[in-house]
Amino acid sequence: MTKRQNRMVFVALLVAGAILAITLLLQALGSNTNYFYSPTEVAEGKAPVGKSFRLGGLVAKDSVKRKDMTVNFDVTDNKNKFNIEYTGILPDLFREGQGIITTGSLVNGIFVATEVLAKHDENYMPPEVADALEKTKKSEQ
Amino acid sequence: MWKWIQAFASPQNFYRISEKLIPWFLYPFIALTLAGLYWGLVVSPADYQQGDSVRIMYVHVPAAWMSLFIYVVMAIAGAIGLIWQIKLANVVASVSAPIGAAFTFLALVTGAVWGKPMWGTWWVWDARLTSELILLFLYLAYMSLNNAFDNPKTAAKASSVLAIVGLVNIPIIYYSVEWWNSLHQGSSVSVTKVSMQSDMFIALMLMSFAFKFLYGALVLLRARDEVLVREQNSRWVKDIITGGER
Repeated sequence: MTKRQNRMVFVALLVAGAILAITLLLQALGSNTNYFYSPTEVAEGKAPVGKSFRLGGLVAKDSVKRKDMTVNFDVTDNKNKFNIEYTGILPDLFREGQGIITTGSLVNGIFVATEVLAKHDENYMPPEVADALEKTKKSEQ
Repeated sequence: MWKWIQAFASPQNFYRISEKLIPWFLYPFIALTLAGLYWGLVVSPADYQQGDSVRIMYVHVPAAWMSLFIYVVMAIAGAIGLIWQIKLANVVASVSAPIGAAFTFLALVTGAVWGKPMWGTWWVWDARLTSELILLFLYLAYMSLNNAFDNPKTAAKASSVLAIVGLVNIPIIYYSVEWWNSLHQGSSVSVTKVSMQSDMFIALMLMSFAFKFLYGALVLLRARDEVLVREQNSRWVKDIITGGER
């Protein structure tokens, strides 16, 4: 092998080694790299019950009830749902049907939240288009 | 072919040609930025949920794309410098790092500014945000390592190895929103689908091409300086400084 080919092999090994190391690392980390658990994962017992964890899903339709500064609502993934209780200021994007991520812990079946973050999806459109989409959705139903 | 590439990539030749190339990057950058700002701030509509905050995207997304793009360029240039020992490749890699770091920083800051009103937080440790922060640290590590040696050859060798190893972070950043549950949303623009209104997409494209040309112009400008410093003892640089008189 020439010197140049030697260096080429060196670079190739470098890349292969880095990929191998990071793959093993990510395998080992597993689900710890997930930012939140879905309601179904919590129902299956994958979330650390008794400790604080993050729960993510959609705010269920017609489930938001306000009483002073305390808000009660359901978070669902269309399979399972949990009732959330939160006292504090909600982000601007919070509304029914919106994806949210909330931090807290389960107390007697109710998820007592210390923080509520709104998740935004990848769809960007002007209000008129959103209205039109909503209308066609309703007429189809 | 090989001889021709080596001749073309000689520092002296680069210095001569790059002077003519710079306007071809600088003027398109200015034109595209003006068009992009007009499209982003005037023509494109407000979003149905985010309102006018959506306009942050026209800087945030192109800056984030550049942060990935420049790193890949840097790592490839580093590999070329390592394998074929072309001086110019090492120069391109080393001058790209601060530009890439600046774009990464811009992406992180504009993301935080958008995150506060939309998500309700400046920062979370989710997969996308964390891996992008690691990218900033990779750039900074590359720059410090590159500056830690007096001999530019040794510096290029060490920092190129770092750049190539750090390359694994790039697909992690890109796919982080698909591989893991994250607060950050998925990609709105990919090769197969665009999930945004067309005026928004035009504004985004104008700005992202503007940033590409800006990077091109900055690399050429900085590489010219770097070439002069590195070749300061050679005949042709002395000729430039003295105006060709001897």
